[in-house]
Amino acid sequence: MANGTIAIDDKSFLEEGTTKKATGIASWLFSTDHKRIGLMYLIAIAIFFFTGAILGVLMRLELIAPGRTIMDAQTYNTIFTLHGVIMIFLFIIPGIPAVFGNFFLPLQLGAKDVAFPRLNLLSFWIYLIGAALVLISLFVEGGPIDTGWTFYIPYSVRTTTNVSLAIFAAFVLGFSSILTGLNFVTTVHRLRAPGMTYFKMPLFVWSTYATAWIQIIATPVIGITILLVVLERLFGVGIFDPALGGDPVLFQHMFWIYSHPAVYIMILPAMGVVSEIIPTFARRTIFGYRAIAMSSLAIAFIGYLVWAHHMFTSGISETAAIIFSFLTFIVALPSAIKVFNWVATMYKGSIDPQPPFLWVMSFIFLFSIGGLTGLVLGALVTDVHVHDTYFVVAHFHYVMFGGTGTIFFAALYYWFPKMTGKMYNLKLAKFNAALFFVAFNTLYFPKFIMGYMGMPRRYYDYLPEFQNLQVVSTVGSWLMIIVICLIIYNLLSGLLNGSKAEANPWGGVTLEWHIASPPPLENFHEIPEVTHEPYDFSQLKNMKYGLKGESK
Amino acid sequence: MNSDPTAYGQYVDSTMMYISLVSLTFLLGISATMVYFVFKYNRKKGVKPVDIHGSMLLETVWFVIPLILVMSMFYYGFIGYKDFRTIPKDALEINVTARMWNWDFVYANGMNLDTLYVPVNKSIKLNLISNDVNHALYIPAFRIKQDVIGGTQHYMIFKADKIGSYNIACAEYCGLDHSAMYTRVVVMPEEEYNKWYESNTKDEIKEIKTEEVAKKDSTN
Repeated sequence: MANGTIAIDDKSFLEEGTTKKATGIASWLFSTDHKRIGLMYLIAIAIFFFTGAILGVLMRLELIAPGRTIMDAQTYNTIFTLHGVIMIFLFIIPGIPAVFGNFFLPLQLGAKDVAFPRLNLLSFWIYLIGAALVLISLFVEGGPIDTGWTFYIPYSVRTTTNVSLAIFAAFVLGFSSILTGLNFVTTVHRLRAPGMTYFKMPLFVWSTYATAWIQIIATPVIGITILLVVLERLFGVGIFDPALGGDPVLFQHMFWIYSHPAVYIMILPAMGVVSEIIPTFARRTIFGYRAIAMSSLAIAFIGYLVWAHHMFTSGISETAAIIFSFLTFIVALPSAIKVFNWVATMYKGSIDPQPPFLWVMSFIFLFSIGGLTGLVLGALVTDVHVHDTYFVVAHFHYVMFGGTGTIFFAALYYWFPKMTGKMYNLKLAKFNAALFFVAFNTLYFPKFIMGYMGMPRRYYDYLPEFQNLQVVSTVGSWLMIIVICLIIYNLLSGLLNGSKAEANPWGGVTLEWHIASPPPLENFHEIPEVTHEPYDFSQLKNMKYGLKGESK
Repeated sequence: MNSDPTAYGQYVDSTMMYISLVSLTFLLGISATMVYFVFKYNRKKGVKPVDIHGSMLLETVWFVIPLILVMSMFYYGFIGYKDFRTIPKDALEINVTARMWNWDFVYANGMNLDTLYVPVNKSIKLNLISNDVNHALYIPAFRIKQDVIGGTQHYMIFKADKIGSYNIACAEYCGLDHSAMYTRVVVMPEEEYNKWYESNTKDEIKEIKTEEVAKKDSTN
């Protein structure tokens, strides 16, 4: 790693693409460069995230008062379905792996690209096709899907809306996910720089690696399930619908065999990002490297064995419910271990709470609430009460948005200077983080209370006793959309008018900080030889680092 | 929390209380430690960070203590659940059919209502079946819920100790009027229930005086 010299006059990947002939936008759409693909995912995913957020705001607005406020029940049912489908399948599942995994996995491994660059481009194209199918399903005859993102049968077989096309889109998106997973596993196995043993890999690589395995193994199950639903809808083959002799609970099993591991596809990469950001800003090595790395694998594998905790009230046998409850509590432990190790990493550090670190602090609080309320859902008696209520909605948003979403923003603020070569407004970014924390809790905490009071989820209308808390939550949604707009504004104005970013503004030591910002086309002029542990900050002695104009 | 109309509900609330208190302790502990570290170890000139790679002892401690705590939570959940799923011998059976978007309660004598009337202090077994899509019968005040699906009959047990009238909601998304599938469960004194039950047959169902019941309703 000593040869991380920065050649100033080099062209960056933004200026020089992999395509010889194509120029302009085509040089991006046909680029096999992992960095360009990562940025294209970022643009697509950001657009979908914003769309999903707007739909969320509309739902909250409808719920500000009982009865009809701004839309009818069918529109509401469609909007909460689309909010779920877009946020789950187009934002949070691809999210961190597709954007930051693509961009930083090869950089952190000391590789020139992923193992299969063309396959990587294909994944992106398949993602776009899947997204296009979702959009088409909104406008063709039949109308937009209204089943909820879980597509539970028999409702999804009987509704006249465009279920087949919408879930086929999820099928297509699944292939994008599988191929990306395959690419990442191979990249980790084959393209580590000389000297980078498995236990010298950065923890973001470990968590992305664990995620990739889930993508490969679990995703085919949802593909099969979706094909069966389409068969049932189009040809009346009785598989899940009791009217045709099928079993609706079988659908739930198959759905959650994928969709539970999928929540770990969503959260594991975020945990990896946390393990990068904390050492950088505490400027000391991570506490419990192996415990964190191994807990990622443990989560990935035990995560397969807990799916039926989504089904405690579905009529599965008592024995099954008890076993799944037990396993659910076991899978909570590796996450707890990670949180303890992260906090311990701050001990005796030299902490500079820059924006990415503030986002991570937010994450630790919100994700802890998400995880701890998961215990309420893991215990059988309490789950029976709060299952399918706002309590679950709150838990899910604390884990997924408070967890993965928060870290998506943290990762953006952490790696933005590396990706674009520009710096954003640090003060505004700190203000964002603080406002986000307030907005988030205003928006989602009331839902825990409403859920325990007995407010079921996916309700267009509600009893008057819930109105006060609904109003608080709706006000939170307004704050949240302001925060999101501020983030977009800050990053875009950074991109257009920001000062030039240093190669290593934060004083990070993983390999991506040893090269220029933005990196050159093939990342490393010479493949580095790794001699240090991933978070060995003694390397900083030989590196140029720090924010421009910083006196420290 | 002893305002619960069922003993089971009270058990659920105390389990909730236990999990919440443990969780709150952890949440405050983690957050306070983190904030303390950020202030205490804030970057200062001349103060060098210390690289600590980990501690087997600490990893063990923060594996074993949470393990014990979550196992206790599992245990409380499991014990109560066994109770919830055990069918008492003397249970009064009522058949329930769910459809988009209402409930149908059918008693042994054939009478057929959209509101559920039950005697107090008596175990009730609801036999649940759906005519169409999935529904879930949810009585928030009793802390109980059971999915209602087509093709397979499921059951749900409860025993109310307090006279009153409580909400029944549908908790499994079932389409357009999902949020309008509200009805009531009315818990009556046993004598009053018997008198009412015997005076009703399938063909003529007498109006019941729910006002009196509602007056005694303390929680809902």
